[in-house]
Amino acid sequence: MKNVDITNLTIKEASKLIASKQIKVKELVNLHLGRVKKLNGKLNAFITICEDQARHQAEKVDILIAQGQKLGPLAGIPFAVKDLFSTKGIKTTAGSKVLENYVPVYDATVISRLKNANAIIVGKTNLDAWGHGASGENSDFGPTHNPYNLKRVPGGSSSGSATAVASGSCLAATSTDTGGSTRQPASFCNLVGLKPTYGRVSRYGVIAMASSLDTMGHMTKTVYDNALILNITAGKDEFDSTASDGIVDNYAEHIDKGVKNIKIGLPKEYFDGLEPKIKAAILKALKILEKLGAKIVEVSLPHTEYGVAVYYIVQPAEVSSNLARYDGIRFGFGREMFGAEAKRRIILGTFTLSSGYYDAYYLKAMKVRRLIRDDFINVFKKVDVLICPVSPTLPFKIGEKNTNPLDMYLDDIFTVNANLAGIPSLALPCGFIDDLPVGIQIIGPDFSEKLLYQVGYAYEQETKWYERTPKL
Amino acid sequence: MVRKDTKAMNWEPVIGLEVHIELKTKSKMFCRCSADYFGAEPNSHTCPICLGLPGALPKPNVESIKFVQKLGLALNCRIQLSSKFDRKNYFYPDLPKGFQISQYDKPFSINGHIEIKGQENLKRIRITRVHLEEDTGKLTHATINGRRVTLIDFNRSGVPLVEIVSEPEMSSSDEIKDYAQKLQQIVRYLGISDADMEKGSMRIEPNISLRRVGEKALPPYKIELKNINSFKFAQAAVEYEIERQAKILKSAKTPQQETRGWNEIKKQTVSQRSKELAHDYRYFPEPDLVPLSFKPQESIKLKSEMPELPHQKFKRLTLTYELSQYDAQILTRDIKVAEFFEEAVKIAKDHGLSPKEVANTIINKNINVKNTLPAQLIKILLESKKTEEIDDNKLTAIINSVLRENPKAVSDFTKGKETAIMFLAGQTLKRLKVKADPRLVIEKIKNILASSRKRKIES
Repeated sequence: MKNVDITNLTIKEASKLIASKQIKVKELVNLHLGRVKKLNGKLNAFITICEDQARHQAEKVDILIAQGQKLGPLAGIPFAVKDLFSTKGIKTTAGSKVLENYVPVYDATVISRLKNANAIIVGKTNLDAWGHGASGENSDFGPTHNPYNLKRVPGGSSSGSATAVASGSCLAATSTDTGGSTRQPASFCNLVGLKPTYGRVSRYGVIAMASSLDTMGHMTKTVYDNALILNITAGKDEFDSTASDGIVDNYAEHIDKGVKNIKIGLPKEYFDGLEPKIKAAILKALKILEKLGAKIVEVSLPHTEYGVAVYYIVQPAEVSSNLARYDGIRFGFGREMFGAEAKRRIILGTFTLSSGYYDAYYLKAMKVRRLIRDDFINVFKKVDVLICPVSPTLPFKIGEKNTNPLDMYLDDIFTVNANLAGIPSLALPCGFIDDLPVGIQIIGPDFSEKLLYQVGYAYEQETKWYERTPKL
Repeated sequence: MVRKDTKAMNWEPVIGLEVHIELKTKSKMFCRCSADYFGAEPNSHTCPICLGLPGALPKPNVESIKFVQKLGLALNCRIQLSSKFDRKNYFYPDLPKGFQISQYDKPFSINGHIEIKGQENLKRIRITRVHLEEDTGKLTHATINGRRVTLIDFNRSGVPLVEIVSEPEMSSSDEIKDYAQKLQQIVRYLGISDADMEKGSMRIEPNISLRRVGEKALPPYKIELKNINSFKFAQAAVEYEIERQAKILKSAKTPQQETRGWNEIKKQTVSQRSKELAHDYRYFPEPDLVPLSFKPQESIKLKSEMPELPHQKFKRLTLTYELSQYDAQILTRDIKVAEFFEEAVKIAKDHGLSPKEVANTIINKNINVKNTLPAQLIKILLESKKTEEIDDNKLTAIINSVLRENPKAVSDFTKGKETAIMFLAGQTLKRLKVKADPRLVIEKIKNILASSRKRKIES
C-alpha cells in the first residue's frame, strides 16, 4: 500500500490509486474509518458509524476489482450520508430523538444510486434536527464542531456532512438544501457544495423538510469531485414525480472549458451592507474570474429583500404538514420529543395554513415567490451566472446565536432565494478571513449545473483553497 | 282534524349527498401495491409509500385519474383542463401521513347532473364536483391477552377513492335512494368499481336539514350522516332525521349543526361530532405532485371510449327491440344482464324467436347470467316450445283407451259440450309422458271420434 495522506485526498486521486491497484478499497475505507473514530469525539460529525457494513462493502468492491470488472469513478469511495437520507437497515434519525430508533426498510434513490456506483457509506452524519437550522446546534445529538475552529459552528443544517468531509473522515457526503443547508456549511468548512436545480436529483426516500424547496445536494473537497457525484445522483426517478426527466449531462466532461466571455452578474442587493471583509474576498474572486476572461456586470434582483419573509412562511407551512406523521403511533417516540425549533415551525406553519389566514400568508407568499423567480429569469436574459456571498457572516461561535431564532433565520438571507426560485447554485471556497473559511456561490438558470461547474473549476484551479486543510 | 306530525307538514327536507366510491384500479393511487385488498391478510398490501414512511413520495396512478374523468363525463360534468392535488391535514391513527392527498379547489370534474325519479316526472339533481382522493387505513378495536387494543390495517391506505358531491336538491329518502342507485349503476356500467355498500367500496353520506315549504334559501344548519352501509339504512336514517329535526323546529329551536351516525340496533341517529370540534383541514397544494393539465382532445378521446350508459341503453333497447319500459328497466339494471340479453337476441333470430320472448324468459325464469351462456338460454327457450315427435300408432292407442275409460266425457262431447274434449286431451297428454302439442292431440281425438261415429252410422 502506498503511503497516502487522506486529509487532502480527492475522489479523483483516490479513484486513480484504486484503479492502478496502489491501494485496496479496504485499506482506503479503513484509513477513513480510523479517522472517523479518532475524531468523532472531538467533532461529533457522525450519529452512526457504519464500520461493519463499510468493511463488508469494501471487500466486495475489492473482489469486483480483482475480477477485472470495469468500475466507475465512485467505486470504493468512502462517503458519509446526512441522517435525513433513508438507508436500508441503517438507523436514520433526522437528528431528532423522535426517530432515535427508526431503521428504514428502504434506501433513498440517491443512496441506491451511490451504492450501485459502488461507493461506500462510512456513516450517517449529524444535523440540525429535521434540517431546521443553520449551525448544527439544533441537533438532539449535540452540536457538531467546525474542524477549522472547534469552538465554532460548521454551519447547518448539513453540519455533520461538512465537518466529515473537511476533517478528512470521508471523501464526500450527501446533504440537503432547503434554504442553504448545503451551501452555508460548505462555505463554513472550505468545501464545494451543490444545491442542484429543483427536480434534478430525486428526493425519494429523504425525510422531507419543505417539499417544494428541498433539494438533494452533496459536498466535496473539489469542484471536479462534486461533478462526479452529480453524474450519479442526477436524473429522473419514477418514484419522484417532481424529478425532471430532462437528459443528464456528463458534468465532469469539459469542466476545464474556462470562462472566456462568460457573463457574470453581480446582484447589487447581495452586497448592500455586507460585512466588508467578506465583500472584499468575493470581489477578489471576481477579479480572478475577470482575469480569466469573464465579463462582470452589476445587475439587480429587486425582490431579493422579501426572500427570507417568503421562505419563513412557505417552509414552516410545509414543515407542519410533513412532520404530522410523527404522531407517536408508529415511530417510537411521540410529539413531546420534538425540539423547540421543530415545535416553533409546526406552530408557525399550522397558523399560516389555517382558514382565514391562508390567503394573507401562504397564498401571498406563493405569489411573491413567483416574483422572486421572475427576477432570476429576467436577469438570466442578460448574464450567464450570478456570483454572490453564501452567508452574511463567518462561522460563528457555538452558542452565539442560538438564543434568538430570528437572528439564525437571517443567516439564510443569501441562500433562500435560489430555493424559492428552484434554480441551482454551487458554493465553493474563496479564501479565509481570520483563519475561518469564506465561500461564494455561483447561481445559474434551471439545469445549468454544468456551466456552474465550469465557472467554479476555472476559479478553483487558480486558487486551490481546498489545499488548506484543518489542523486536527 | 289534527294530523299526525310525520312528514313535517310545514317543513320540507333539503338533502344533499356525498358519495365515496373506491375505484377498482389494479394498483393503489400513489404506489404499486395491489388495490384488491378485500379479505387479504392485514398489512400485506403495503409499501413505504402507502405506509407513509419518512421520505416516501406519492406517484400518481394515471388509470385512477382516467376513471374519475370518465365518471365525470358519465355524470354530465365538465372535465377541468387544469387540475391539481391538495393536502387535507388532519390527525387520525388510520391516516399514516397525517394528511390525506385529496383535491380542494381544482377537482377533475365539476358541474354535472343526474336524473332521478321525482314525485311525478324525472328530476334533475345537480352534481357539484367529482374529485379523487386516497382512502385511509382501517382500525379494528380488539382485546388481546386481556388488553384493549386498536389494530391498524394499512391495506386500504392509498386505494383511490372518488368523491361525488351533489347539490342539496333532494327532498325525500326515496330520492336519495334512487340517486345513489343510479350512481351505483353508472359506476358499474363504467366498470370502475363494484360500488358495493356492504363491502364498503361505496359509502354514502347524506346531509340533511329542513326548511319551511316555499322557502328558497338553505337552512342555517345541516346535519351530516356518516357510517351508513346500505341503501336501506340510508333511507331509514334520513327518515329518522326528518322526524327528529321537525320536532326540534316545531318547538321553535334550530337543530345543532353536527355529524351523526346511524345506529341500526336502536334504529336512530346518534351524535358523533359537533360543530365546535369541526376540523380546519388547512388545505394547500400537494408539493410532491406536479399540477396536471389536460388537452381538450384528451377529453374528446375519453368521450369516444365511453361505454353506453344505463339511460342510453334503456332507450335503445326499448326502440330496437320494441320492449316495454318495464322489461327494458329490468334488463338494463345490470349491464351484464343487458349484454346477455343482446347476445341471446342475436342467436334467437336464427331460431325465429322474438326479442320479447328472450326478454320474458330472462325475466320470468330469473336467469343467472353469470353461469348461463346466451346459447343455453335459447336452448331452454326452444325446449320449452318444442313438441316431441310422437308415434302415431302409440298416440292412437292411448287415445282409444282414454275414450274407452271415459264414456261420459265422450258422450258429453258428442252432445256438443266442447270443453269435454279438453279433459280427454289432458288425460291423453298425461299418459303420453312426453311433451306433445295439445292442439295436435285435440285434433287427433276429434278425428278418432268423428271416424268412429262415421263407422257407427255406416254399420
